[in-house]
This record gives sequence, structure tokens and C-alpha cells, in this order.
Amino acid sequence: MNVHEYQAAEIFARHGVPTNPGSMATTADDAAEIARSFGRTVAVKAQVHTGGRGKAGGIKIASTPEDARAAAQAILGMDIKGHTVRKVLVAGGVEIAQEFYLGVVLDRPRRRHVVMASAEGGVDIEEVARERPEKIVRALADPLLGLHPYQSRQIAFSLGVPPAQVSGFAAIVQNLFKAYVATDATLAEINPLILTRDGQWLALDSKMSFDDNALFRHPELEDLRDPDEENATELEARRSGISFVKLDGDIGCIVNGAGLAMATMDAVKLHGGEPANFLDVGGGASADQVAKAFALVTADPAVRGILINIFGGITRGDIVAQGITEALQKVNVSVPIVVRLSGTNAEEGKRLLAAAGLTAVDSMDEAAAAVVRAAA
Amino acid sequence: MSILVDKDTRLLVQGITGREGSFHTEQMVEYGTNVVAGVTPGGKGKAVAGVPVFDTVADAVEATQANASIIYVPARFAPDAVYEAVDAGIPFVVCITEGIPVADMVPVYAYVRQRGARLLGPNCPGLITPEQAKVGIMPGFIHAPGPVGLVSRSGTLTYEVVDALTRAGLGQSTAVGIGGDPVIGTSFVDVLELFQADPATEAIVMIGEIGGSDEEVAAEFIRDRVDKPVVGFIAGRTAPPGKRMGHAGAIISGGTGTAAEKVAALEAAGVRVADRPSAVSGLLLEAMGASKG
Repeated sequence: MNVHEYQAAEIFARHGVPTNPGSMATTADDAAEIARSFGRTVAVKAQVHTGGRGKAGGIKIASTPEDARAAAQAILGMDIKGHTVRKVLVAGGVEIAQEFYLGVVLDRPRRRHVVMASAEGGVDIEEVARERPEKIVRALADPLLGLHPYQSRQIAFSLGVPPAQVSGFAAIVQNLFKAYVATDATLAEINPLILTRDGQWLALDSKMSFDDNALFRHPELEDLRDPDEENATELEARRSGISFVKLDGDIGCIVNGAGLAMATMDAVKLHGGEPANFLDVGGGASADQVAKAFALVTADPAVRGILINIFGGITRGDIVAQGITEALQKVNVSVPIVVRLSGTNAEEGKRLLAAAGLTAVDSMDEAAAAVVRAAA
Repeated sequence: MSILVDKDTRLLVQGITGREGSFHTEQMVEYGTNVVAGVTPGGKGKAVAGVPVFDTVADAVEATQANASIIYVPARFAPDAVYEAVDAGIPFVVCITEGIPVADMVPVYAYVRQRGARLLGPNCPGLITPEQAKVGIMPGFIHAPGPVGLVSRSGTLTYEVVDALTRAGLGQSTAVGIGGDPVIGTSFVDVLELFQADPATEAIVMIGEIGGSDEEVAAEFIRDRVDKPVVGFIAGRTAPPGKRMGHAGAIISGGTGTAAEKVAALEAAGVRVADRPSAVSGLLLEAMGASKG
């Protein structure tokens, strides 16, 4: 789960990370009002769940409230990588002496949390990692004890932080790590973390993502969810316990199992089609779940054919077939459907489908080819 | 021979009286797995599919000398179940549970290693040595004994490939599902090392997917340390970046973890990579023929 910059900044501030003061606005008038209260130059920043806002023109500097109003007017409603801007953050202007990068993520290969820092802040850190990896300093947190204060100081010294500023920097690293752990984050990032001309540390841009598996113990994070930023169908799917991701093609996919669902999308592509979605209906594939899956897939007007790919393991093929036929009585599907049923009780399942006027094929390749043909 | 489980495995089921636990205990017993005990706190004296239930893992181990455990308890209690098993001296723990927070798995992983035990999963289908022991939730009947070692991050996709292998006359030494989470106890490399050392395994199938870099690490290991033929498949060539594809670990982030990178790394290590699951058995026969010739 992702949140906006202003929300991440609030969480950081609560954990003792100094953040640049600012307020969120949804209208140009409000933006102008916030700018007036600052009484100095402000930055007007698009609040969307994607990177590259600066390059897209989603961040503007305004020296007067009128400028801020114009900036907000230009940014609100803007499309940034498919995200419509509905909110801006108006934050006070600062005089930057030095920019750093600071982030906490999971180091997957080492199965530990890692702090990453660089004296090359304010730029795309992935680019730095690719092109100048020596510019990034890392500290692995102990899996049982966490991040020791000496590790934070070590990072500061390696980056060449001025001696008088080391303890301030180290405190920010410790507090950022605390914020990351306290919220079950998968990412806590400050880019840039700046040192101002008068020697103050400030998080100028804050970013956080959270572990969906841990949301059960963070009900407070649910309130930060922005429904405008999420695909409505994906939201609905989550409520039904179905994994669903919207894609750009026209072949709807209903599959049991995440790996098989990805392989099915790939098979559609291999046979000349484009998948409209990723969908893992879950283990059971009951009539109810299949009906919900049909509803999710057919909600997309681009869908011109549906491929159902079920490998019956513990889930029996005849039960799945029954689910499909029952679901089709509840949901009106007007596009061609190709079913691939294999594994436990597949033959019986296929008989049930045939009786309901549906054809089932044996192999995934056959099914992908057939659905692409039928949708053409 | 085989790896990790066989007819000498004495299996304990944690969460045996739950819906999943009791169902799969019956299935495992039916397959012929030697299930010796189950644990559910407060369940002492009960039995599931003829298997005696104990209150604690320590009690169960003392009474039955269980040497492997499988966990079916819900996500919020699963880390505790792993600690309990490892502290009771169980050397091999399989965690089926899906949805465990990553932050919980980081210390679990470290603790299990420190104790010299091995964890498979979480969020995995388990493993099976055909006709000896099924320790997991996979359908047993699609498997057959044979020379192919299989390792995968997925569930149903693994069944798909196993089914095709068996139909092509290629039985399995052991089929291992390592799980789809970002932090898992046993990696591709761990399993590859075991297959390389196992005299009954003549060839290896490795099924990966987008996200992380375990496949790339495995490719290096194969290049340097594996001389048995390896065939691969990577799911998610059409997956978009930044989106979690069902499995918590299946996400392309920061431009890394793409299928293309993984395929390239494996091919550079001499692995034949199938473009579809149905092509795996053909490539495997080819590879096995080539290595004999």
C-alpha cells in the first residue's frame, strides 16, 4: 500500500524526523491561502502515487500567493503517468546547502532490512545505484536487534557529513528506521534530505509504502488509503479476497494460483493476444468466487474474450465447473469464454461444462490460442 | 534417494485441528506420509486421521521423535509456531501459511539459521518425494518417482509442470515449493545444492517468477557448482512494473526483478529456459540426452 508525500511526512514527523512544514490543498484558492500564511517562496507539489513528478512539471516554485494559485491551477488535474492530480502539497521554500539520499528497504537477498544513503541526493537513486554504485553507503540492520546507533554514525562519516552535523544526521537515520519498523513499511525514503544554509536538517521529500500483509495490525494506516489512487476494480477484488491487477489488453484471465496466473498471461501474449488482467481466484474457486471473478473481469469494457485456466489440485475440477456454470447464471457474460480444466476430476468437470454449452480444452497453449482467435 | 523428506520422515503437523490442518493431514496420511503427531494448544488427547494431538511441540517430539514439522496455523500465529518447532529441536520446518508480514520473517529467518535448522516457505505448497512422503498441499497423484529434481516459487504452476513431466515419463526425485514471499527460509540455491549432491537426481527443473534476484543468484550458482542439466521457466514476462502479482514477492521494483533479466541470467549460465510450461519436458529430455552423449 502506498501513501502520498504529505502523509509520509506526517508519519516521519511523528517519529522525530524533521520535515519541511507544509499543508495539503485540493483547490488553487486553498493553495494560495497556504502560500500567504508562509509569507515567502513556496513549492507547490503534485500529490500522486508515482515518481517523476518534477520531470512531468508537477512541482513548481512560487514566490507569491498569486504565483502559488497559478501553479496549483496548472498542476491540479494534470495527468502524471496515468495518475490524475487531485491534491497539491504547498511547502515552505528552503535554502539548500547540501542534498543527501536516505532510505530504508528490505534487502531481499540478505533477508534483512538495510539503510541506504548517498551524498548524491535529490536525483533518481536507482540511477545512482546503476551508474555510480560506489556512491551509495549501506548498513544492514541486525535481524534480531535492529539498527545500532554506531551504524548510523558510520553512515554519516562515510558520506562526509560535516562533523558538527553528524549527531543530527545519525538521529534522523535512527528515527527513520524506527518509523519504518513501527509501521511495517516496505519503504521509508527521504530524497532529498537537505542541510540548509543555516545548518538545519530537513526531509524535503518523504515517501513510504507499507506491507499489505501487516495491515491487520495497523488499522490507522487504512485511513491513509486514497481511493482515487487505486483502480476501483482492484479495490473491489481485494474485498473479495481475489488478487487482481488491471492490465491494458483485451483477454480477461481467471486462474487459480498466482504463478499459474502469470504464466497464463504470458501464454496469451505468446499466442498473439494481450492480457486484460492478472487474476488469482484463490485456492477454493467456489461458485461465489468464480462469480465475483467474472464480475471483475467483465467490468472492463475492453475485454473481448475470457480465458479460465484451472489446474485442479486439492480443488476438484467438477466443483470448479459447477462454480463456473452457476456463476454464469448470476452474471451476464457476452464475450466468448474458453475454459481449460486439468488435474483432479477434470473429465467430470468438462462433462458438466459441455452440458452447459461451454467448451473446455486440455492444455494451456490450446486455450490461449483459442481465446485469442475467438476475441479477434 | 531424494532430498529433505523420504520414508524415514516422522512428520508433526502444527495446527492439526484447524480446517486446513485436518484436511491436509488426512490427505498426507492417505498418500502414505508417516504423520506421527499433531499439535494444537488445548488439543491434547484428540486425534485427527488417527494421528495423536498434543498441546505443545516439545511434548509431541518427546512422545513421537518427530523429525520434521509442517505448519498450517494462521499468519499472525505462524512465526511463533516456527520458533516453537525449532526450540523443540525439529531440524526441518515447512510453513504453508500465506500472508505473514515481512518484518516477522526477518527475525524468524535469522533465528532458524542460528539454531542450525532449516525452514521451507512460508507461503509455499511444501514438498514431495513421490511414493515416500508428501509434506504439503500438492495433489499427490500427479507425481511419479524418477530422476528429475524440481524447485519452484509457485504452487499451481508447479503442479502444471509436474503433471506434464509425469505424462512425458519424467518422474521426480523430490519436488520442492520454496514459496512466493520476499523472505523465505530456503532459497533456490539451497535446493540446487541438495539436488546437485543427491545421486537420485539426474536433472533439475527450476521455476521462477518476477521479483527479487534469487533466480540471478541461482544462475551464478548453477554456472559455478551444478553439472547436472537444468531447465528453467520464468513466469511474469507480461507483468507490469510496480504491481504485486498475487505473491507478495512477485513485484518488479526499481526496474529490477524482471522476467527478461532472469531469463538472460539463466541462459548465460547454460540453463535451457522454456518459453511456456509445456515446453519444459521437451527441453529436459533434450538436455538429459545431451549430457549423456
